[in-house]
Amino acid sequence: MPIEPSELEEIIMAAFPDSRVEICDTTGDRDHYEVRIASAVFRGKPLIDQHRMVQKALDGYNIHAVSIKTSVPE
Amino acid sequence: MSNETILNQIKKDVTGNDVVLYMKGTAAQPRCGFSAVAAQILGALGVAFKDVDALSDPEFRDTLKEYSNWPTLPQLFVKGELVGGCDIMKEMYQTGELQELLKEKGVIAA
Repeated sequence: MPIEPSELEEIIMAAFPDSRVEICDTTGDRDHYEVRIASAVFRGKPLIDQHRMVQKALDGYNIHAVSIKTSVPE
Repeated sequence: MSNETILNQIKKDVTGNDVVLYMKGTAAQPRCGFSAVAAQILGALGVAFKDVDALSDPEFRDTLKEYSNWPTLPQLFVKGELVGGCDIMKEMYQTGELQELLKEKGVIAA
Protein backbone atom coordinates (compact mmCIF):
# COMPACT_ATOMS: atom_id res chain seq x y z
CA MET A 1 0.00 0.00 0.00
CA PRO A 2 1.55 3.33 -0.98
CA ILE A 3 2.43 5.75 1.78
CA GLU A 4 3.59 9.37 1.56
CA PRO A 5 7.22 9.98 2.54
CA SER A 6 6.09 12.66 5.00
CA GLU A 7 3.81 10.16 6.74
CA LEU A 8 6.60 7.62 6.92
CA GLU A 9 8.86 10.24 8.46
CA GLU A 10 6.22 11.13 11.05
CA ILE A 11 5.81 7.47 12.03
CA ILE A 12 9.54 7.09 12.52
CA MET A 13 9.96 10.39 14.35
CA ALA A 14 7.13 9.38 16.70
CA ALA A 15 8.92 6.13 17.52
CA PHE A 16 12.43 7.61 17.65
CA PRO A 17 11.97 11.24 18.73
CA ASP A 18 15.70 11.92 19.12
CA SER A 19 16.62 10.59 15.70
CA ARG A 20 17.87 12.01 12.46
CA VAL A 21 15.87 10.47 9.63
CA GLU A 22 16.49 10.33 5.90
CA ILE A 23 13.87 8.85 3.66
CA CYS A 24 14.34 7.92 0.05
CA ASP A 25 11.55 6.77 -2.24
CA THR A 26 13.80 4.48 -4.26
CA THR A 27 11.45 3.76 -7.14
CA GLY A 28 9.30 6.87 -7.03
CA ASP A 29 6.12 4.87 -6.50
CA ARG A 30 5.56 5.58 -2.77
CA ASP A 31 5.92 1.83 -2.23
CA HIS A 32 9.66 1.17 -1.99
CA TYR A 33 11.61 3.14 0.56
CA GLU A 34 15.06 3.35 1.96
CA VAL A 35 15.06 4.65 5.50
CA ARG A 36 18.16 5.81 7.34
CA ILE A 37 17.79 6.41 11.04
CA ALA A 38 20.51 7.72 13.33
CA SER A 39 19.53 7.50 16.96
CA ALA A 40 21.25 7.15 20.31
CA VAL A 41 18.75 4.46 21.32
CA PHE A 42 20.56 2.03 19.01
CA ARG A 43 23.81 2.35 20.94
CA GLY A 44 25.14 -0.98 22.17
CA LYS A 45 22.34 -2.98 20.60
CA PRO A 46 22.95 -5.78 18.08
CA LEU A 47 22.01 -4.89 14.51
CA ILE A 48 19.18 -7.43 14.51
CA ASP A 49 17.60 -5.75 17.57
CA GLN A 50 17.99 -2.29 16.01
CA HIS A 51 16.14 -3.47 12.92
CA ARG A 52 13.45 -5.14 15.02
CA MET A 53 12.84 -1.80 16.77
CA VAL A 54 12.29 -0.12 13.41
CA GLN A 55 10.12 -2.98 12.14
CA LYS A 56 7.99 -2.66 15.26
CA ALA A 57 7.48 1.04 14.59
CA LEU A 58 6.38 0.29 11.02
CA ASP A 59 4.19 -2.67 11.96
CA GLY A 60 0.64 -2.34 10.70
CA TYR A 61 1.43 0.17 7.94
CA ASN A 62 1.87 -2.48 5.26
CA ILE A 63 4.49 -0.73 3.17
CA HIS A 64 5.62 -2.97 0.33
CA ALA A 65 9.38 -2.68 0.75
CA VAL A 66 11.47 -0.79 3.25
CA SER A 67 15.21 -1.03 3.32
CA ILE A 68 16.53 -0.10 6.76
CA LYS A 69 19.86 1.41 7.74
CA THR A 70 20.38 2.22 11.39
CA SER A 71 23.25 4.03 12.98
CA VAL A 72 24.33 5.71 16.19
CA PRO A 73 25.12 9.44 15.88
CA GLU A 74 28.76 10.40 16.36
CA MET B 1 0.38 -28.81 5.69
CA SER B 2 -0.88 -27.95 9.13
CA ASN B 3 0.69 -25.18 11.12
CA GLU B 4 2.45 -27.65 13.39
CA THR B 5 3.81 -29.65 10.46
CA ILE B 6 5.21 -26.45 8.96
CA LEU B 7 6.76 -25.41 12.26
CA ASN B 8 8.42 -28.81 12.64
CA GLN B 9 9.74 -28.57 9.08
CA ILE B 10 11.25 -25.14 9.77
CA LYS B 11 12.87 -26.36 12.99
CA LYS B 12 14.24 -29.40 11.17
CA ASP B 13 15.64 -27.27 8.35
CA VAL B 14 17.35 -24.65 10.49
CA THR B 15 18.87 -27.17 12.88
CA GLY B 16 19.75 -29.76 10.22
CA ASN B 17 21.53 -27.30 7.91
CA ASP B 18 24.36 -24.94 8.80
CA VAL B 19 22.98 -22.17 6.60
CA VAL B 20 19.38 -21.73 5.47
CA LEU B 21 18.04 -18.88 3.38
CA TYR B 22 14.28 -18.41 3.32
CA MET B 23 13.55 -16.35 0.26
CA LYS B 24 11.16 -15.42 -2.50
CA GLY B 25 11.97 -17.86 -5.25
CA THR B 26 15.11 -19.97 -5.26
CA ALA B 27 18.82 -19.17 -5.34
CA ALA B 28 18.85 -20.14 -9.02
CA GLN B 29 15.69 -18.20 -9.72
CA PRO B 30 15.05 -15.49 -7.15
CA ARG B 31 11.73 -13.71 -7.43
CA CYS B 32 12.58 -10.55 -5.52
CA GLY B 33 15.56 -8.21 -5.64
CA PHE B 34 16.25 -8.47 -1.92
CA SER B 35 16.26 -12.27 -2.05
CA ALA B 36 18.55 -12.17 -5.08
CA VAL B 37 21.07 -10.00 -3.22
CA ALA B 38 20.97 -12.29 -0.18
CA ALA B 39 21.66 -15.36 -2.31
CA GLN B 40 24.43 -13.51 -4.19
CA ILE B 41 26.19 -12.61 -0.94
CA LEU B 42 26.24 -16.24 0.20
CA GLY B 43 27.42 -17.24 -3.27
CA ALA B 44 30.22 -14.68 -3.15
CA LEU B 45 31.36 -16.10 0.17
CA GLY B 46 31.31 -19.63 -1.23
CA VAL B 47 28.84 -20.77 1.39
CA ALA B 48 26.77 -23.89 0.76
CA PHE B 49 23.23 -23.18 1.87
CA LYS B 50 19.75 -24.59 1.73
CA ASP B 51 17.39 -22.25 -0.09
CA VAL B 52 13.72 -22.46 0.76
CA ASP B 53 11.11 -20.72 -1.36
CA ALA B 54 8.64 -19.16 1.05
CA LEU B 55 6.74 -17.20 -1.56
CA SER B 56 4.21 -19.72 -2.78
CA ASP B 57 2.62 -20.75 0.51
CA PRO B 58 1.15 -17.94 2.64
CA GLU B 59 0.63 -20.27 5.59
CA PHE B 60 4.27 -21.25 5.49
CA ARG B 61 5.29 -17.60 5.33
CA ASP B 62 3.13 -16.68 8.31
CA THR B 63 4.45 -19.58 10.36
CA LEU B 64 8.04 -18.65 9.51
CA LYS B 65 7.48 -15.01 10.47
CA GLU B 66 6.03 -16.07 13.78
CA TYR B 67 8.85 -18.52 14.42
CA SER B 68 11.62 -16.05 13.58
CA ASN B 69 9.89 -12.90 14.87
CA TRP B 70 10.96 -11.26 11.61
CA PRO B 71 8.34 -9.79 9.28
CA THR B 72 10.05 -9.91 5.89
CA LEU B 73 11.89 -12.13 3.41
CA PRO B 74 14.67 -13.09 2.89
CA GLN B 75 15.73 -14.50 6.27
CA LEU B 76 19.15 -15.95 6.90
CA PHE B 77 19.64 -18.63 9.54
CA VAL B 78 23.08 -19.79 10.60
CA LYS B 79 23.27 -22.81 12.90
CA GLY B 80 19.65 -22.41 13.85
CA GLU B 81 19.85 -18.71 14.65
CA LEU B 82 18.34 -15.84 12.70
CA VAL B 83 21.04 -13.47 11.48
CA GLY B 84 18.69 -11.07 9.70
CA GLY B 85 17.32 -9.99 6.36
CA CYS B 86 18.88 -8.51 3.24
CA ASP B 87 19.84 -5.14 4.77
CA ILE B 88 21.64 -6.77 7.68
CA MET B 89 23.36 -9.28 5.42
CA LYS B 90 24.55 -6.49 3.13
CA GLU B 91 25.82 -4.38 5.99
CA MET B 92 27.54 -7.30 7.73
CA TYR B 93 29.07 -8.43 4.45
CA GLN B 94 30.47 -4.96 3.78
CA THR B 95 31.98 -4.65 7.25
CA GLY B 96 33.27 -8.23 7.22
CA GLU B 97 31.10 -9.21 10.19
CA LEU B 98 29.23 -11.82 8.19
CA GLN B 99 32.46 -13.53 7.21
CA GLU B 100 33.56 -13.41 10.87
CA LEU B 101 30.29 -14.92 12.04
CA LEU B 102 30.47 -17.73 9.50
CA LYS B 103 34.06 -18.47 10.53
CA GLU B 104 33.13 -18.38 14.20
CA LYS B 105 30.32 -20.84 13.60
CA GLY B 106 32.65 -23.08 11.61
CA VAL B 107 30.71 -22.69 8.38
CA ILE B 108 33.63 -21.35 6.34
CA ALA B 109 37.31 -21.97 6.89
CA ALA B 110 38.97 -19.58 9.34
